[in-house]
Amino acid sequence: MTDAALLSLEANKAAGPAPAVVAARGVSLVFEGGGHRVTALAGVDLTIAAGDFVSLIGPSGCGKTTLLRAIADLERPSSGELLVNGMTPSEARKRRSYGYVFQAPALYPWRSVVRNVMLPLEIMGVPRAERLARARHYLDLVGLREFTHKFPWQLSGGMQQRVSIARALAFEPKLLLMDEPFGALDEITRDRLNLHLHELWRRTATTVVFVTHSISEAVFLSTRIVVMSARPGRIVEIIDNDLPVSRDLGLRETPAFLAVARRVREALRAGHSYD
Amino acid sequence: MRRPSERDGATWPVIVVILALIGVWYVGAILLNGPQVREQAAEDASFRDFVVQTWSMERPVLPAPHQIAAELAQSLFTHSVTSPRNLLYHAWVTVSAALAGLGIALALGLLLAVGIVHIRVLDRSLMPWVIASQTVPVLAIAPMVVVVLGNLGITGLLPKAAISGYLAFFPITVGMVKGLRAPDPLQIDLLRTYDARPWQILSLLRFPASLGFLFPSLRVAMTLALVGAIVAELPTGAQAGLGARLLAGSYYGQTIQIWAALFMAAVTSMLGLAAVSLTEALVAQRRGGRL
Amino acid sequence: MKRAPLYWATLGLIAATLARWLMSADKIGATLAAALIAVFALFRAMVGFARAEGWFARLATPVIFGLLLLWLWEMLVIGFAVPFVLLPPPSAIARAFANHLALLAQDFAQTYLHAVIAGYALGCGAGFLVALAIDRSPFLKRGLLPMGNMISAMPIVGIAPIMVMWFGFDWPSKAAVVVVMTFFPMLVNTTAGLAEAGTIETDLMRTYAASYGTTLLKLRLPAALPHIFTALKLNSTLALIGAVVAEFFGTPILGMGFRISTEAAKMNLDLVWATITVAALAGSLSFGALALLERLITFWHPSFRGSS
Repeated sequence: MTDAALLSLEANKAAGPAPAVVAARGVSLVFEGGGHRVTALAGVDLTIAAGDFVSLIGPSGCGKTTLLRAIADLERPSSGELLVNGMTPSEARKRRSYGYVFQAPALYPWRSVVRNVMLPLEIMGVPRAERLARARHYLDLVGLREFTHKFPWQLSGGMQQRVSIARALAFEPKLLLMDEPFGALDEITRDRLNLHLHELWRRTATTVVFVTHSISEAVFLSTRIVVMSARPGRIVEIIDNDLPVSRDLGLRETPAFLAVARRVREALRAGHSYD
Repeated sequence: MRRPSERDGATWPVIVVILALIGVWYVGAILLNGPQVREQAAEDASFRDFVVQTWSMERPVLPAPHQIAAELAQSLFTHSVTSPRNLLYHAWVTVSAALAGLGIALALGLLLAVGIVHIRVLDRSLMPWVIASQTVPVLAIAPMVVVVLGNLGITGLLPKAAISGYLAFFPITVGMVKGLRAPDPLQIDLLRTYDARPWQILSLLRFPASLGFLFPSLRVAMTLALVGAIVAELPTGAQAGLGARLLAGSYYGQTIQIWAALFMAAVTSMLGLAAVSLTEALVAQRRGGRL
Repeated sequence: MKRAPLYWATLGLIAATLARWLMSADKIGATLAAALIAVFALFRAMVGFARAEGWFARLATPVIFGLLLLWLWEMLVIGFAVPFVLLPPPSAIARAFANHLALLAQDFAQTYLHAVIAGYALGCGAGFLVALAIDRSPFLKRGLLPMGNMISAMPIVGIAPIMVMWFGFDWPSKAAVVVVMTFFPMLVNTTAGLAEAGTIETDLMRTYAASYGTTLLKLRLPAALPHIFTALKLNSTLALIGAVVAEFFGTPILGMGFRISTEAAKMNLDLVWATITVAALAGSLSFGALALLERLITFWHPSFRGSS
């Protein structure tokens, strides 16, 4: 198993500052509607380098999903500068620069599992044989080879999310945007999928921006943790996670892990998330 | 999967669409009535005269909206309400038969639905036929029913009510069965822990829960009952009722009369539906606004 | 599966046939005895099947019930010498069926194969296309949908005499009625179906920078299929009703509706019932075929998977 992520991070450190995958400067987003003005994001500054695994964590209404969607060009910032791979989010989207994983699997029930994974490849005009090969490869990667021809409703929630992740990886984007992908699952499945995702990240060296509610999930998966707070949505603190890149579930009980978790919790408290 | 709310701000677009429709109608009248006018017109008739003529023919292929409005006004306002020259009289003849049928259908449908939900044999033997009969063109038996009942000396409102009732019966039964079965099994279990009898479960839980299904079915039933009453007037050359007027208009080539009767039928069915919706709103109000 | 209901059913059917034969041989006492046995046995069979599970039992109960009703009809009408012009017995209807097969076939061709099929295809097709056309205009949707709902609720068969005036007496005018009747349910349902695609699924398409056409083809149309099939099934019933009833308003010498109204006036009720049977079969078989097609194509919809 290649530790592409490790190599990539080492290369980054050696090569010096590289063009950021995501560069946000003073990004603000205000929702207007029905007579209300909601400031979802106020003056967000964030830089994400290649190979990073960045978690966005905070209470409801802190703008973490909004920020993710702005990167994906699903929302438009009201002001500030937001660049993805050096382009506007709109251009990045049109060039299919990222894969998006939603909170729900969003699989099409009329397509089998493998055809669901092939969906983006079909849209992007990849030839049939290659589509099939790639879809099978990524299904294998997420451990669902035996379910290739099943239909989504025949799979459990956790398995459906895995298919959704395979689908996001199928066209091999350099950037993966994930919006609380494991939020609807039970804790045991969640732990398994966390481990899975971590190993996937290490193998593919994808940059990941990951929105979560769970402190332990954020600390387990990320290289950097962005703590946000609500009203208005803004970044409270960015915490570098110095835990070793090779992680397993036992890590969660170690003092180093708990120390980082405590820092995250304190940052959340500082942002009035527990009030 | 979300539900859209495309009703938001519907008034303005609807008005625009209706105005556009009226515009198209006038143009259509010119086009369809044109050939006949051209035949009869004078050689040097101006275009304006031509257009005005297409909109004021006595037996037009397509009457202009104002002609229909004039016919309606003449029929509704210049004759007394009880006169056969007033469309309201005919509308009432049809509506009364439809309502009578609807009433019977409601009573029988409710009764049968309760039976189907509680008696397994009824459910398994009768319900499939009720569902299957919705795919059968029941309206086709209208002439036969009218003729047969006529032979027995039963004419007038009763045969029409019978057909209306028969048509309305099926959606009501299907809807009520669905509604009576709608409550969560958890709710029924709860009542069982109170040692409730079946009839108590029916009155306390099933029936209130079914009202949300009853009213949509009633709307469908109301439409069917009206159509049934109109169609039932066709076979024996009835003298009164909207269907009779439609038939008379078509026999004597009185196109404006046909359109006026059609319009009246449309308005009647809209009013009928409005009545059902109003009843639904009143009932819902006593339950906090939602069924 | 328990055998008892099957034995009762067999006994009941034999006793019923026997009773009928005995009645035509004028043996009243024996007829009554056989009839009572038949009713009792068939009831036992129905109750037995109703309590059982499995597809055979579920099918058997309504079938036995239907046969029982048919038999009762036959027995009572002949037994009490009900006048033919009031209600003919099923045996007479079957005879009329056999005697007039060619005529019934011609009527069927005129009404169903011509008016219904043509009108159905045109009406549903037009409704579908218009729904696609207004898909990109929320304004048009907000204007047309309430109208569509309103018009669906009106007695549209009433336009039959006008269609006769425009298209003549033959089947095209009936097809025109069918077109108008099927257009609006298709329009309303297709539009509702196109709105079914979820927010998340639509966002997903956006992240793939998929065009409007691709999103329509790969997401929104498949998601719309359940609604479209609802309209297709409803329209099959409406189309048949429309064509038959439109013929009540006048038609040349052919057609199911024409046959029913004229033969009813002539008191040939057996032929009327035979025609009604053809119409009923046409209606239920069309609906059944569409339901089967629906199950094949929208197998993925929760309503076919059974609640989980």
